[in-house]
Amino acid sequence: MVVCNMSDENIINKIKKFSLNVKKNILNMAYEAGSSSSHFGGALSITDIISILFAYKMNLKKNNKDFELRDRFILSKGHACLAYYAALHEIGYIKKDELKTFEKDNSSLAGHPVKNDELGIDFSNGSLGMGLSIGIGLAISSKLKSIPFNVNVIVGDGECNEGSIWEAAMAAPKFKLDNLHVIIDKNNFQQTGSNDEIMNVGNLKEKWKSFNWEVEEIDGHNIINLKKYFDSLKNNQKPKVLIANTIKGKGFSFSENNNEWHHSVMTKNIYEKALKELENGS
Amino acid sequence: MEVNSKNIKLWSTLGPRASLGLGILDLAKYQKDLIVVTCDVSTSAGLDRFRKSLPNQYIDLGIAEQNMIGVATGLANEKFKVITTTFAPFQTMRCCEQIKVNLGYMQEKITMIGLASGLVLGNLGFTHCCIEDLGVLRSIPNLCIISPADSLETLKAIESSIHNKNSCYIRVTGGTNNPIIYKEDYKFEIGKAIRLKEGNDITIFGSGAVLNDCMIVSEHLKSKKISAGVINVHTIKPIDKEIIVDASEKSKLIVTVEEHNKIGGLGSSVSEVISSIKNAPRQLTLGINDSYTKSGSYKFLKNYYRLVSEKILEDILKMLNE
Repeated sequence: MVVCNMSDENIINKIKKFSLNVKKNILNMAYEAGSSSSHFGGALSITDIISILFAYKMNLKKNNKDFELRDRFILSKGHACLAYYAALHEIGYIKKDELKTFEKDNSSLAGHPVKNDELGIDFSNGSLGMGLSIGIGLAISSKLKSIPFNVNVIVGDGECNEGSIWEAAMAAPKFKLDNLHVIIDKNNFQQTGSNDEIMNVGNLKEKWKSFNWEVEEIDGHNIINLKKYFDSLKNNQKPKVLIANTIKGKGFSFSENNNEWHHSVMTKNIYEKALKELENGS
Repeated sequence: MEVNSKNIKLWSTLGPRASLGLGILDLAKYQKDLIVVTCDVSTSAGLDRFRKSLPNQYIDLGIAEQNMIGVATGLANEKFKVITTTFAPFQTMRCCEQIKVNLGYMQEKITMIGLASGLVLGNLGFTHCCIEDLGVLRSIPNLCIISPADSLETLKAIESSIHNKNSCYIRVTGGTNNPIIYKEDYKFEIGKAIRLKEGNDITIFGSGAVLNDCMIVSEHLKSKKISAGVINVHTIKPIDKEIIVDASEKSKLIVTVEEHNKIGGLGSSVSEVISSIKNAPRQLTLGINDSYTKSGSYKFLKNYYRLVSEKILEDILKMLNE
């Protein structure tokens, strides 16, 4: 049983509230996107992870998006950007009205993140397998300049099909990047089926361990355990990877573990049903 | 490094690869924010001394080019000046999409040096020759592409690229004892082609080491009472439209010569400009005829693809007599 002191409890509640708000905005944006549809399932599987990063773990400032010591963030599985945009809204970087422009003509909020200094989007992503390498460059920069910041990279389990992920996995330990914190969103699905059906990379834990990463595996929706994990990270010269076991489409009965929601259209009917589920759940 | 006739001769003897190693070492001594990122090619890039003397500014990622561009991007984002280098096919095509997304789309700024491009590694076969890099990279927005004529120009291109706004690709051609095009110091400016020889009957546009052959051709044509101007198009992108328009207004034939596929490189770039000019002259595009062949020495392959002065001359005279 987990025992929390009061302040811990407050922190946990804050993160949970953040996560609920992110979920609501994912739903709203998916609905706004209309027939252009959106990557709903993969955004929901990272919602709790991105919430703890933005609400708690990362060193960020509401009114300053570009201070040297800020923690860096890369959404390497860029298609999950609904969760990213919603999190950036929660910390005040993206305005409510801007969220409504998701996937609309001439919008800054495309279906994959596009670098935008004003909105606090640091990198363009979408083509899988590229973000982790950039993270290594950032983490090396921190070491070379002696400016201590952490680099957080969210990678998908499907994304681990890409060879470039393993080029990066091989490289990070060489540079002793204990400031590089990778979270693998292991929701067991990819675009057109389960990992087992399409391409299962096998035992992720052992694979990363063999490259000399510090590896942990926990429930990616358990805020208490996620917090404990992030609190426990040490400067021991090893890059860290968390394999977060998640549920694709987490939070809504119709989308959980239902891969039709990898990229799908949010109709009015489903939207209203989802809203009710959120109300009842909160 | 001082540009004087002694050094110019030294760099020519060493060839562009060893020279660029010396040049980068010299730049990095004074610019502590300059980082070299490579893929297990320090010897081939003339960077062994660099690797030993400035280990904190040297990052070797092993044989993994996609990761190289990604790591360079992260460093560039944190305001480091970054040079990446490996053999031209691996520097451009193996990591092409990283170049597109990180440098083109996201506009992070690095300098890439493609070693031994063109035909110089012919003995190793066409995995190592590179006749496609210009065509592949030219279609990516926000990239600058430079093809230096000799060792000195390679050094100048690197220094200019570091201070250029957009990411640059420097295509290094030619081997050791490569011919000297510039015997003394001169002004190098990205995007501004340089007239090497006056002459207006025809104009020859060349880039890279093959410019030396173009200069010889011009001399031969002179003896046949044909005045042939030679222009060094060291920057393939952005192309110098002004000098092309000017030459096409004065010349009855435009010739382009490149150690690259005829598709997608200098010839294509020049024709894209000329095609919009009213009453433009004909263009003779010389280069590699969209084919691979058996392996062989640099000399053998240049001869096979008709990129030596006597064959370039033949092709020009044939076109003039048609």
